[in-house]
Amino acid sequence: MSATHDVLILGGGGAGCSAALHLALRGARVALFERGLVGSQASGVNYGGVRQNGRHPAELPIARRSREIWARLPELIGTDAEFEVTGHLKLARSAAEEAELADYMAVAREYDLPLELIGSNSIHARWPWLGPRVVAGAFAPEDGAANPRLLAPAFARAARAAGAEINEHAPVSEIAHDGALFTLTIGDRTWRAPVALNCMGYWGGEIAARFGEAVPVAPLAPNMLVSEPIPYFIEPNMGVVGGDVYLRQIRRGNVIFGSGRGTSDPAVPWSRPLPEPTLTAMARAIELVPRLAGVQVIRSWTGIDGDMPDGLPVIGPSRTTPGLIHAFGFSGHGFMLGPGIGAILAELVLDGRTDVPLHPFRIDRFALGSAA
Amino acid sequence: MRLVRRADAERARIPFTLDGAAAEALAGDTLLTAILATADHLRTSEFGDGRRAGFCWMGACQDCLVWVEGLGRVRACTTQLEPGMAVRRA
Amino acid sequence: MKVAVIGAGPAGTRAVEVLVRAGHRPVWIDEAAANGGRIHQRPVAGTTRSHRDLYGTEAAKAEAIHALGERLRAASDWRPGTLVWNIRPGVLDTLCAGRHGTIGFDRAILCTGAMDRIVPVPGWTLPGVFTLGGAQIALKAQGVAIGARVAFIGTGPLLWLVATQYVKAGAEVALVLDTTPFTTKARAAAGLLRDPATFARGLALVARLRMAGVRVIEGGVPVAIEGADAVGSVRVRDRAGREHHIACDAVGLGFGLKPESQLADLAGVPFVFDATQRNWVPQHDRAGRTAVPGICLAGDGAGIAGADAAELAGARAAWAAIEDGGGAVDRGEVARLDRALARIPPFRAALERAFPYPATLAARTPDATIVCRCEAITAEELRAAARATHVTGGAPEVNRAKAFTRVGMGRCQGRVCGPPAAEILADALGCDIAAVGRLRGQPPVKPIPILAQAVE
Repeated sequence: MSATHDVLILGGGGAGCSAALHLALRGARVALFERGLVGSQASGVNYGGVRQNGRHPAELPIARRSREIWARLPELIGTDAEFEVTGHLKLARSAAEEAELADYMAVAREYDLPLELIGSNSIHARWPWLGPRVVAGAFAPEDGAANPRLLAPAFARAARAAGAEINEHAPVSEIAHDGALFTLTIGDRTWRAPVALNCMGYWGGEIAARFGEAVPVAPLAPNMLVSEPIPYFIEPNMGVVGGDVYLRQIRRGNVIFGSGRGTSDPAVPWSRPLPEPTLTAMARAIELVPRLAGVQVIRSWTGIDGDMPDGLPVIGPSRTTPGLIHAFGFSGHGFMLGPGIGAILAELVLDGRTDVPLHPFRIDRFALGSAA
Repeated sequence: MRLVRRADAERARIPFTLDGAAAEALAGDTLLTAILATADHLRTSEFGDGRRAGFCWMGACQDCLVWVEGLGRVRACTTQLEPGMAVRRA
Repeated sequence: MKVAVIGAGPAGTRAVEVLVRAGHRPVWIDEAAANGGRIHQRPVAGTTRSHRDLYGTEAAKAEAIHALGERLRAASDWRPGTLVWNIRPGVLDTLCAGRHGTIGFDRAILCTGAMDRIVPVPGWTLPGVFTLGGAQIALKAQGVAIGARVAFIGTGPLLWLVATQYVKAGAEVALVLDTTPFTTKARAAAGLLRDPATFARGLALVARLRMAGVRVIEGGVPVAIEGADAVGSVRVRDRAGREHHIACDAVGLGFGLKPESQLADLAGVPFVFDATQRNWVPQHDRAGRTAVPGICLAGDGAGIAGADAAELAGARAAWAAIEDGGGAVDRGEVARLDRALARIPPFRAALERAFPYPATLAARTPDATIVCRCEAITAEELRAAARATHVTGGAPEVNRAKAFTRVGMGRCQGRVCGPPAAEILADALGCDIAAVGRLRGQPPVKPIPILAQAVE
């Protein structure tokens, strides 16, 4: 049996769709498989942050790489996905949190991330609507936010235009490896390729387990809210040390914010925000921006991402199966990385290497192995 | 547009302010009635397509939210006017 | 067993009546300050109008529901002014007097009512355009007419009823335009005769309007509502294709009703497409039971059936809740209710045939016309999202179209634009209306304020 494709991509989130495009642009024969519609889970219903600020140092090289692609989205996929460079402001609400911001400045310098530490006096002068509990902030001017509902679908459409096969309503249930080729079967159709990319988010854990390298991935359903439109005044995308609230306003006027976790059942899949984190998010949002008190929230939502114990994704080759490359478990902060992950996966497949250090993301950092 | 009182007009008059200007309505009026009995619109669409004056009058369409001092954003059609309310349309 | 009844219209009131009679003390919740619902909405305190003035032929029913409400207030855990903004297993999330809270329940009867169904007419967002239901509430509850010279446009019994009420109240009615031709209504007459009293009331309304000299156009279409900053006139086309330009300062607009079924959706009740109503309705049996244990539905929120049916369904759902909770049931009463409820669907079907939602008119909403009034999204933007060449690929169903265009994403969460948006999308895709699905509900069912309140 010979290969029908060069690469099978499992999962149509941001990473998978970006990989499909980057591979197709270099002439690879690609088939992508998505259980529902592309960008339906974590990739499509996340907060929309395009943030490098405050990332784990291991992720910064990917974030820097991805940020270059964010700047080129219009030429790459025909839309900027409403990406706006508003800057990202990470806030401290105590001296201890401020010290953490100060410590991160060295990390930012090491990775050439433009970052400005702003003390108590200047932060309130610069953003007078910030609440009194805010004592300091770290401002990353290159960061911003985008519309997550557009990104993965636009990547998928561009990939399709570049020749990739995008299969929606195509769940990956039967996949096997014979030592040389992966065979994926849906009904009476089969696809065969020497390479498979596992970009299945939370469900990437099932693929890894099937190939004998289970990892401790858990479902993560971030609890998010959006307000009615009010006059635009909050320019920067904002987070806090510790991450217990995040908040931004889009130019249309809606304030998008979140805190805590909703509930989910990945087997359905089904997810739902919960009232307690919703109310907590409100209280914390008022703490950051008191002026939001009394503004109406019109919707809350969540989706399912894969959460790893150390908060870092699994990226890189399988240790059990040649040709299998993982990229999943982005632990609630993969939206910004998606475009870059796709480019990096394309390099791993077509060049056998990438400049971005992937060692921290290796799958065998977890000891579960084939015991699961 | 202007609402026309057709019944129950013999009620106590209640003062309030609309965008800072003194106004008057009747006890028992909702904010929507109070505003549209004295003014020709209730809010302006955020997206440049003009003025609005509510729509469903039953708390469903959410197209009649106004600012009331001390209360924040309030749905005019289901909120009773209270004496002295300071209402802002923008 | 703690039973929660959400809604205090005809269905909710009758449900609470049965529960109290059976020895329960249900928690009874409504957003309004008093019971009655939209159909029997109360006037301002100290009104000089009689029930007959306010509710016409329905005065006796309104009076009975109101009196029952007064009596049941003490016998139940009555929570007026309370919004239920979310439902989850055993818990209602509420907002009352600016405070967030929760109410526990073992069984819930959702009696959430209905609202007008809309076709977006060019100019329909202008100040002075209200729903038919809104125009009626204005007059009934607040004693105001929506304008000095009003045009009523749409279809359905409410169109004729509200126009008549305006004439009676001394308002000038500039036009009644019913998109349904007389011949369609005549054909459905045989079915309507299943309920001769209602049918007779309908005929009397039309006669009264014509006698009052009101301009009536049947089988016509609205072309545009015009005006710079507010309604100044309407342009309509009659059945012969002639255009009429009619001056007015307000418009009542409505094309039948749609269920307010958001809580049923959040509760996890499956929905089915009802071809007769041309809308998605939460699935339930005649007793109001759903596939979700402990959740019953009654009244128009479970599918439009009218106020009389709502009273029956409310009582029936209460008996279902009692029975499911292991309580004793009055079999004779239940049998009587079941027989009466069995007569509803044929009449309802005839009424839907008599006043069909003008689906083609909705599907052909002009490109530049706003469909989603919350987000100001036009029909053209929605149609563009249906095309495969769209930058995100085409949207094959309404939730995807919402994600791409923001249709249905605003303050009302698609309550108003949902039905016409589905018609436009289905037409653009060339598929059946049921194939584009329905907008998924997300909490809160209505906006809730950002408060600093600690979680209780």
